[in-house]
Amino acid sequence: MRFTRRDFIAGGVKAFTIGFAAPAFLSDLAVATGATSRSLVVLYLSGGNDALSTVIPYTDSFYYSRRPTIAVPAGSVLQIGADSSGKALGLHPRLTGLQSIFNDGRLAIIQRTGYQNSSRSHFQGTDIWSTGNPANSTGAGWLGRYLDALQPPVDPLVGWSTLRDLPHAMLADHTAVAAIPSVSGYTIQSPNSGTEGTYSRAGVAALASHVPPDRPHVSFVNGALQNVLVTLDRVATVGTYVPTIAYAGDGLSQGLRAVAGAIVRGIGTKVFWVQIGGFDTHAGQGTNPANGAYSSLMGTLNSALTTFYNDLRNQGLLDSTLVLQFSEFGRRIGENGSQGTDHGAAAVMMAMGGGVNGGLYGTAASLNPAGNGGGTLENSGNDVAYQTDFRSVYAQVIDNWLGANSVSILGGSYRSPVLNFV
Amino acid sequence: MDKSSPLIEHLLRRTGFGVSEADRARFPAGTSYRQIVDWLVAYPESSDVDAKIGTPGYLLTSSGFAPNTNITHARQRWLFRMVHSPAPLQERMALLWHHHFATGYNKIAGMYGAVDGARMMAARASTDPSGQTGQIEMLRRGAFGSFRDLLVNVAQDPAMLVWLDGISNVKAKPQENFARELMELFTFGVGQFAESDVYAAARVFTGWNLARSGASGTGLYRFQYNPTLHDTDAKDFTFNIYTPVRHGKPSARIPARNAASGMQDGLDLIQALAYHPETARRLARRLWTWFVSETEPASDGFVESIARVYLDNQTNIRAVLRAVFMSREFADESRAYQRYAWPAEFVARALREVGYQGFSANDALTPLTNMGQQLFEPPDVAGWDLGLAWFTTGGMLARLNFASQLATNQRVALRDAARPFAGSANALVDFCYDRLSLPPVTIDNQMSLVDYALSGGPWTGSDAQLLIKAPGMVHMLAGSAEYQLV
Repeated sequence: MRFTRRDFIAGGVKAFTIGFAAPAFLSDLAVATGATSRSLVVLYLSGGNDALSTVIPYTDSFYYSRRPTIAVPAGSVLQIGADSSGKALGLHPRLTGLQSIFNDGRLAIIQRTGYQNSSRSHFQGTDIWSTGNPANSTGAGWLGRYLDALQPPVDPLVGWSTLRDLPHAMLADHTAVAAIPSVSGYTIQSPNSGTEGTYSRAGVAALASHVPPDRPHVSFVNGALQNVLVTLDRVATVGTYVPTIAYAGDGLSQGLRAVAGAIVRGIGTKVFWVQIGGFDTHAGQGTNPANGAYSSLMGTLNSALTTFYNDLRNQGLLDSTLVLQFSEFGRRIGENGSQGTDHGAAAVMMAMGGGVNGGLYGTAASLNPAGNGGGTLENSGNDVAYQTDFRSVYAQVIDNWLGANSVSILGGSYRSPVLNFV
Repeated sequence: MDKSSPLIEHLLRRTGFGVSEADRARFPAGTSYRQIVDWLVAYPESSDVDAKIGTPGYLLTSSGFAPNTNITHARQRWLFRMVHSPAPLQERMALLWHHHFATGYNKIAGMYGAVDGARMMAARASTDPSGQTGQIEMLRRGAFGSFRDLLVNVAQDPAMLVWLDGISNVKAKPQENFARELMELFTFGVGQFAESDVYAAARVFTGWNLARSGASGTGLYRFQYNPTLHDTDAKDFTFNIYTPVRHGKPSARIPARNAASGMQDGLDLIQALAYHPETARRLARRLWTWFVSETEPASDGFVESIARVYLDNQTNIRAVLRAVFMSREFADESRAYQRYAWPAEFVARALREVGYQGFSANDALTPLTNMGQQLFEPPDVAGWDLGLAWFTTGGMLARLNFASQLATNQRVALRDAARPFAGSANALVDFCYDRLSLPPVTIDNQMSLVDYALSGGPWTGSDAQLLIKAPGMVHMLAGSAEYQLV
């Protein structure tokens, strides 16, 4: 029910009127700005990723004593050196491609990101990460506010969710954001073919052009229809994209394939959203077996991101693309009785792309529950405490990548002198 | 009853899936609004719409139909019920509870296999080899009863025990998943409880596990309380579990109990949550969203009065529904056609109004997924995003394209039905508006539709022209903004 939080009449009607200003002109605008513009691809690991299974503190004996059945053996982690505190870390064994990208200096890993009094709720947690506001996590998302701050007129493809729905982070007050889960399915069918089919589409467009201000409910839907109509042709060009490497068939890979197509075709989209679910691993986490749940997730994540990275590199577009990964929380340090982990606190974020200063940012927690791990733990030593405010990561992306002002978009300065990943 | 009372039409639209002549014919002329409300909430339990599946004259279903064991078939059966049930409010309430207690088939099938996953979600006891009752059957049956009982049934439901990991909640390692969602989503909501309450509630439900008697695929899955796995210590909460009214002395502590009687812990917690005033208010808001408006916040007056009815009637949902439908806020003509139809509602209504002869429910399933609502697979335990959120570009396109698919399928039937209206392009517009139960046509729409009817040549009203223009216009209108509102 994210949408209902915004001022429907003020926001909704404005959204489509701006979105449907002048299609031909907007397309030109997109082409003019698209070729040279940077794009941000936000990747959400939905369900609360178990950060300690992604970036593994394989020399911490408490990692093994507190996770007797689901810890990744030290011998199988992919070593990525040590952080600034000297703690040796390794990636999950399935993240082989990400290890290479890390070694190339194009993957930044920001440990222990979060905020004070981390919510253990998926929904509140996601809302907080979406809005960047733990105190009031309703209303437009941080990406939506960025889009709202762009100089109008704004193209209806300026934001593109590869999901069926619009994630809260992309929810804007004034800017229409496209949700295009399938590029090939993005066509209008008609009961009649040929000329009659053309008449049908013209008829659909004529009905959708009516936006009576006294009937905002109707007008809002017509706004969505108009955004479909004005984007059909350009989305179709994305459908003709032939990647330089084959993407796998999973949803994340296919989402990233569409993103690559849109970037290569110069659609002009500034923010994309891709997502992979299944991280709410309360039971049977399967960190180690080849076909275990978490292991498979890491395998999918690795192949999707590596393919995308290499495809864009082959296209010469790596330098204008930044992938930013997050999840709504990390998980409990100790495993539960069902070989899984419950909701925890601090999470891990990653940034990947040609403009990234790779490496390990922040320091790992000590998992010794005594004395809260020297202050790196919370909740009686059960959870990892945050070190880097997640909004500092957003701020860096907004300021240094998107070229906007993070202070106004985030409602305060979260700029951090120690972060310089992009 | 004829179509003369706009308020009654509004009531039937919001409580059903489109209003057909058969729906209206159920009520003799002069039946009052209140009498219809009474009839709706006391739906005829004896009717068995499933008996019609596979008989001529109804929506088709897949061959080899096995809705107890095949989730795709189970989805078709539910859609069939929405289209054909004489008690559509029961299906609407089942859909609401499915959203409220959102449970996903895939996780269950991943652990117990496709057959048992489907059985736990949707089996009908009377046709299952061991009498398994699927979750949706439990929700349909309890849809109008006490919310407290519904919560107990949900807490002990095999699909829910798998979905929120109750199957592994034991005293040595309490599982927080169900405990958290019970408070955050199923009852009083975020802000009403502390993290410590989640941990305590997890301990309360230790030993609330799942057992199976018989073989996989046919055996009975049922709730089982395992005393030896229950945490018998006292549990402390930040809110009262026992209140003066019911227990004499207020207390936020569930006392230590011996293992044999430890199941009472969970019943006490559920009782406290079901009767908590914030649960009453939260449910009032849910019902507002479902029946009144998803874009307008519920007024305090509505919330308080519905919450009062809920508490005064021992959490009885039937009494609450009657109060909702009798409320000034619901029975308000100015709110007509302002509620966004969920994809399942849109599809069921379109099938009833455009036509279903020769159409298979199976062919509506992929479109429903594209619209963002796969039955038995909500996006997560919080259910679907409602209201405006359905109308993303992709979601709206899927609705428009389903309208095309259905109009194409019903092409001949639409031509035949339109023959009496062949006299003019305007008459064809009238036909389509009536067929689709749309609000009165606006001048703008009338002009656009007549333009469409006349594009390609003058109006002749020939069969050949009707065969093109009738389905063409039905497509445009069933895919229009107006049709998405009920």
